[in-house]
Amino acid sequence: MAVTQTAHLIATQPRRSVVAASWTALGALLLRDAVVLNKHLWEFVLRTLIQPFLLCFVFLFVFPKIGQGIGGHGDAAESAFATILVPGVVGISVMFQGVQSIALAMAQEFGFTREIEDRVQAPCPIWLVAAEKVISGTLQGLLSAAIVLPIASVVHAGGVHAQLALHWGIIVTLVPLAAVAMSGLGLLLGTSFEPRNIGLMFGFIILPITFLGGTYYSFDRLAPVRLGGVHWLQVLVLANPLIYVNEGMRAAFTAGPHLHLYVIYPVLVGFAALFLGLGLRNFRRRVLS
Amino acid sequence: MGPSRSDTSALAPPGGRRREAVIWTEQLQKRYPGAEAPAVDHLDLEVFAGEIFGLLGPNGAGKTTTAGMLTTRVVPSGGRAEVGGVDVTRHPALAKQLSGIVSQQNTLDRQLSVWENLYFHGRLFGMGGRRSRQRADELLEQFQLARWATASVYALSGGMAQRLMVARAIFHEPAVLFLDEPTAGLDPQSRLVLWDLLGELNAEGQTILLTTHYMEEADQLCARVAIMDHGRLLALDTPTALKQSVGADTVLTLKAAGDAEALREKMAGALTGVTGSRSIEGGAQLQVRGAERLVPRAVAAAEALGVDLIDLSVAEPSLETVFINLTGKELRD
Ligand SMILES: Nc1ncnc2c1ncn2[C@@H]1O[C@H](COP(=O)(O)OP(=O)(O)OP(=O)(O)O)[C@@H](O)[C@H]1O
Ligand SMILES: [Mg+2]
Repeated sequence: MAVTQTAHLIATQPRRSVVAASWTALGALLLRDAVVLNKHLWEFVLRTLIQPFLLCFVFLFVFPKIGQGIGGHGDAAESAFATILVPGVVGISVMFQGVQSIALAMAQEFGFTREIEDRVQAPCPIWLVAAEKVISGTLQGLLSAAIVLPIASVVHAGGVHAQLALHWGIIVTLVPLAAVAMSGLGLLLGTSFEPRNIGLMFGFIILPITFLGGTYYSFDRLAPVRLGGVHWLQVLVLANPLIYVNEGMRAAFTAGPHLHLYVIYPVLVGFAALFLGLGLRNFRRRVLS
Repeated sequence: MGPSRSDTSALAPPGGRRREAVIWTEQLQKRYPGAEAPAVDHLDLEVFAGEIFGLLGPNGAGKTTTAGMLTTRVVPSGGRAEVGGVDVTRHPALAKQLSGIVSQQNTLDRQLSVWENLYFHGRLFGMGGRRSRQRADELLEQFQLARWATASVYALSGGMAQRLMVARAIFHEPAVLFLDEPTAGLDPQSRLVLWDLLGELNAEGQTILLTTHYMEEADQLCARVAIMDHGRLLALDTPTALKQSVGADTVLTLKAAGDAEALREKMAGALTGVTGSRSIEGGAQLQVRGAERLVPRAVAAAEALGVDLIDLSVAEPSLETVFINLTGKELRD
């Protein structure tokens, strides 16, 4: 079969370069997400606040009231626990935001609606469609941190006070890093689980991560849990990305003890890279056949 | 052998003039992992600017896979494909600028209103806010969806959702509009509306590639039709030429009590000009050349043979007939 390039006439050519088209596509996808968020703003705010509110209400209001305060009796001990819990509540909110805004949204789009098929027709590389989800998830994570912190620091019984100390240098770097890492986790989960298995994801991934992620205790408090001199629980939780997020929040919002920042930053960067790498790979595989 | 790149005249549509190929494939292949047979097998296609081109084939023929490769959703396992001169495997992001896609499922954005579905599509493809707004208004008007502009897409009927997907797909003025089984599941009324719409778009110069397993759809709408089965191209021509290739001018369908195969044999032997025959449920179908006085001849022959006719009908050969002759089976299950 004779194949000559010259005889092949081109009908219509692309109007713009891939780079130019990708930038506008990214902008449009973000704009779309912002419009959708704005439509459901109250839903977003309530969804974001319900868990932190319940945690603070039960642990910092009800428990001290009924003489079941955690961290020992008396305002001082209860306040010390509040100081540990409040940053943990912010951390866990950032994580849930990543899971909610990405993993659950993807489960729907990959699932029965197949909306994802339209989204990946955007005139840009496929990875950018996934990356946009992460950017949008990160922004929502930051937004949720901003609304959770003030609420978490006021829902307390009288006499109980979280000792907050804002370290702005850490806040403006670590909170975004945590939000990126948790959005990456959302992308990885959303692309790894079949839509019908989302329940499994909550039971076997999200619950263990939240309960063993240092939301209700700081890392150093786990030291007494050991077996023959091995601090096994401390070792175990180090595999949990949430512990670095929560300890980071403690470093950012309190003067209390926390994992060393030299550990928190690189490990979170590592988790973010791992989640994003695997998540983008999974996304590509799910979309292309 | 499929079309060669240097000689498109052999396949040029009637009217003679050589035309630009908007879609071009060479030995295009797809074998899904784990599948024993390829879903698309060495496909050579050329679709010209301004035509409605139909891929006609039964379930599993490889129509969606072919459209998927051309729209960068399916990665070919061999061969090449270009849309608007852009290699879809090497430059998928660039090729996507040229395609408008209406897929088999409803992929409308459920979080957005009808109007917003269009507006954000324009933004996605690089149109400014003003232009997108304007075009969204215009298209909703043209597609008779203006009343539903602010409605949720959940409120749309199947036919309206399909129209909105077409409007969205042509929003950015793509070089090719791909439609995968656009009328599957639509009621006859909505199907006609969509056919009219596609005809109008084509009259404005829109190149369209549509897949279908409705032979009427291919026949009515398409300038040229490629008949596919098991991933292979079986025939490619204008509907008229395909039907002429059957060699008969009438299809005679007979229903009678008793053995269908025996009926087929007897009747095929008794009538003159029979070019092909097959038994069907409760009867036989004969392809006949020379239709003069066919009905009285058939009735007389049946009587002479002692066949007790229940029903007799004549029709012109259709693409279904072409398909049956090519594959020995019917297009529809
Ligand atoms: N993602 C996939 N993975 C594996 N096999 C697939 C996949 N998609 C399609 N196939 C197989 O490839 C073949 C062609 O399928 P395709 O969907 O292209 O056919 P089609 O002509 O569009 O059929 P239909 O009329 O049912 O839509 C079928 O045998 C199908 O089972
Ligand atoms: Mg199909």
